[in-house]
Amino acid sequence: MPVDVNLPTILRQHAGGQKTVKANGSTLQEVFEDLVRQFPGLDGQVVTDGALHKFVNVYVNDDDVRYMDKLNTKVADDDVVTILPAVAGG
Amino acid sequence: MLRLAQPAYQRMVGHCLDGLPLEACGLLGGHVDTAKADVCYPCRNEAQSAKLYSIGIDYMHAERDADARGIEIIGVFHSHTHTDPYPSPTDIAQAVDPAWHYVIVSLRDTAPMVRSYRIVDGTVVEEPVVVEGR
Repeated sequence: MPVDVNLPTILRQHAGGQKTVKANGSTLQEVFEDLVRQFPGLDGQVVTDGALHKFVNVYVNDDDVRYMDKLNTKVADDDVVTILPAVAGG
Repeated sequence: MLRLAQPAYQRMVGHCLDGLPLEACGLLGGHVDTAKADVCYPCRNEAQSAKLYSIGIDYMHAERDADARGIEIIGVFHSHTHTDPYPSPTDIAQAVDPAWHYVIVSLRDTAPMVRSYRIVDGTVVEEPVVVEGR
């Protein structure tokens, strides 16, 4: 099932400059695997050691997946996955 | 150089003052090529701390608004409530995008001090800040 994935500026260079790409999968894990298949440069940028990168926030529609099932979060047609850098400091 | 539109500057500093005693934070929308920030997006500090800040879903909302306006998020600002307007080790370690402008509003003294930096691979370089339209 294709979903739209919005990429942050800093990752677009790995996806031919595209801001939004389509990826297939019924879970976030599958979506990210498909994303890396299409754009190998994204490998390790969002998922590291089987978990979401700690400096990345991921949303399915308006929901933060940290408070859902993380990489096991289910996605459906027309869902929008948004990847954003975790902006923080002190 | 970072060029800040006057309304964006006022909204940024106002948000930092309103956030006391906690750190306040937000994003700046504008044009990368001209380094001009036209819009300030105040964000909630999810860390709810006087020493740390963290921006969550407000980033997504700011990005959507920026898209609709045909601009981009080009930087982030946060306040230092009691210290100099210089990036802390945490700020440097967590700088996410080398193309961004990192603005710090120090509220240590009575008058807010606004400084902007570029942070690339851990190297911090201050840049001039010009407020336009005043």
